[in-house]
Amino acid sequence: MAPDLLASLLFKSLMQTLQMVAIAGVIGSIIGLPIGVFLATSGKGELFPAPIANRIIGLIVNAARSTPFIILVVAIIPFTRLVTGTSIGTYAAIVPLTIATIPFFARLVEAAIREIDKGLIEAARAMGATPLQIVFKVLLAEAKPAIILALTMTMVSLIGYSAMVGAVGGGGLGDLGIRYGYQRFMPEVMLAVVVVLIVLVQLVQSAGDWLARSFDRRNRKN
Amino acid sequence: MTFSHAAQKAASGAGPADVADRAPTASPASTSAAPMVGFEAVTKRYGGAGNQPGFTALDGIDFAVPRGAITGIIGRSGAGKSTLIRLVNGLEKASTGRVVVDGVEVGALSEGDLRGLRRQVGMIFQHFNLLSSRTAFDNVALPLEIAGMDRQAIRDKVGPLLDLVGLGDKANSYPAELSGGQKQRVGIARALATSPKLLLSDEATSALDPETTQSILELLKRINADLGLTVLLITHEMEVVKEIATDVAVIDKGKIVEQGRTFDVFTRPQHETTRLLLSSAIGAKLPEWIRSTLKSEAAAGDRVLVRLVFFGATAFQPLTARLVAEIGADVNILAGTIEEIAGEPYGSLVVSYPADADTVERANRFYAETGLSTEVIGYGA
Repeated sequence: MAPDLLASLLFKSLMQTLQMVAIAGVIGSIIGLPIGVFLATSGKGELFPAPIANRIIGLIVNAARSTPFIILVVAIIPFTRLVTGTSIGTYAAIVPLTIATIPFFARLVEAAIREIDKGLIEAARAMGATPLQIVFKVLLAEAKPAIILALTMTMVSLIGYSAMVGAVGGGGLGDLGIRYGYQRFMPEVMLAVVVVLIVLVQLVQSAGDWLARSFDRRNRKN
Repeated sequence: MTFSHAAQKAASGAGPADVADRAPTASPASTSAAPMVGFEAVTKRYGGAGNQPGFTALDGIDFAVPRGAITGIIGRSGAGKSTLIRLVNGLEKASTGRVVVDGVEVGALSEGDLRGLRRQVGMIFQHFNLLSSRTAFDNVALPLEIAGMDRQAIRDKVGPLLDLVGLGDKANSYPAELSGGQKQRVGIARALATSPKLLLSDEATSALDPETTQSILELLKRINADLGLTVLLITHEMEVVKEIATDVAVIDKGKIVEQGRTFDVFTRPQHETTRLLLSSAIGAKLPEWIRSTLKSEAAAGDRVLVRLVFFGATAFQPLTARLVAEIGADVNILAGTIEEIAGEPYGSLVVSYPADADTVERANRFYAETGLSTEVIGYGA
C-alpha cells in the first residue's frame, strides 16, 4: 500500500478509535462511578444499607461482565438502534462500548473504595458527617488515586474492545487491521495498526500512572 | 443547632406551653453536678438472630463520667471497652438501658440530632484515622467543613488549634510525612475543632512509644485543665490511667468490676482483674528467685515477707527506721518503689523479718499504731 494512503487510513481509523473510546469511556465512567460507590457502600451495616438492591445490582454487573463483548455488541442491536437510530457505524458502536464500560468500571471503583480503612469512615461518622459527606469528603477523596488507575485500566480495555466493533461497521484501528492486514493480506497495515495501538495504550497508561501518583500522598516524603 | 433544641425538649419534658412558667433551675441538663455521661443499666448484645445465642459485649453497666475530669476505663482486650466508648457518641446503640450525654439520651436521638451531638463530642483513635489525601491543616478543617462553616472562619479556627497541639509549622504536611506522635496531635486538634464539651479517647496512645505516650498524655492533661474539657479514655495500659485519670473504672467481661477515684482503686484494689492489671504497673514486683521459694505456711526459723504500702499521711514519715527499732529484730528490704498515682505519692516496700510469734506481734502492734497498710505475701527461709 502506498505510504500516504496508509497514513490517511491510519489517521482516519485512529480518530474513530479515539472518538469511540473517549465518548464510551466518559459516559460509561460517569454512570459506572455511582454504581461502584453504591456497590461498595450498600452492604449490610454500611453507609446506605440496602443488601437486596446490592445483591441485584451485583448480579446484573456480573452478568454484563461475563457476556463476551462481541456477543454483547450484536445482542443489544435493538437497543442501539433505539438510542442512535442506526445499528451500524461509529456512533452505533459507542453504545455497546458504553454498556460494557459501566460494569467494568463499577467493579474497579467498588474495589478501590473497599480498600479504604474503615477507621476513616468511623472517624467521619464521629464528626457528625452525613453519609453523602462521607462519600464525597472521605471515600472519593481517599480513593482518588485508585480511581484514576481504574479509569486508566478501563480506557486501555476499551481500546481493546473497540477493535471488535468492526463487526457492526464501527471502524477504528482494529477494524482497519482486520480488513486490510488480515483479509487483504497486507502485513504492513497490520504491523502499522499494532504499533499505533501499542503507542496509544502506552500513552494512556503513562498519563494515568502519572496522574494517580500526583494525587497519592500516602507514601510521599518531601 | 438541632441538638441543643433536642436537649431543651428533653429537659423541659413537656410541650411549649409550660416553658414560660418553668423555673430557671428546672433544667437538669444545666446543673453542673449532673455527670457529663451517665450509663444506666446498659447492655449491648451482638448477633443472636434465630437460634444463635449471640454475644453479650456489655452487661448491666452503671457508670457516671464526672464533668471536667479525666476518667479512665481500663480492661483487657475484648473486655468491652471499645463498645462502651462508642455508645457515648452513638456509633453503637445500646441493646437495653440508657446512655445519657449532658442530659440527653443518646439512644432516643434521631439521625440528624445524633449528628448534632457528635459535633459536640470529639474523638481520637488508636490509629489516628487521618485522611492521607489531606494536609494536617485540611484534616483539622474536615469537621468544620462537615459542620458547614465557611472558609474564612475555618482558617481562623484551624491555625490556633495547630499551635495549641504544637504543630503550627506542620500545617502543610501530609500524614505520611508526620511521626506517630505528630499524627495523634493532628487527631487531637481535629477532635477539638468543633469546640466539643467531651473528648473520647479510644486507646489513643496504644500505638505510640513510651516517650511519645508521655507527651500526648501531657497534652491531654493540659487541654483538660485549660479548656475545662471532660475526657473519657479507654485503654489497656495501667500507666495511662495512673498518669492522667482522676477517676477510673475497671471493666472485665462486659461488666464494671471496680470503680472510684484512681488513687483509691490503685492503692486498694478489690477485684482480681484490677490486681492483675495493676501488678505490672504499680508496686514493687518481687524478683523471681524470691517468688519461687515463697511458702504459704511458716516453718520453724522462717522469715515472713510483708508488703508495706505508704500513701497519704504515712507517705512522708520515717516509718521503716521506726519499724526496725520497734520489733528489735533485723529487717531485710527486698524490693521497693516510690511513684505518683493521679498526682499523689505512693510507696511500696517489701520487707522480711523473723516469723516467730513475738516479733510478728510487735510488728502488728506497730502497724496498728501508725496506720500503715500491710499485706503478708508469704514465708521463706
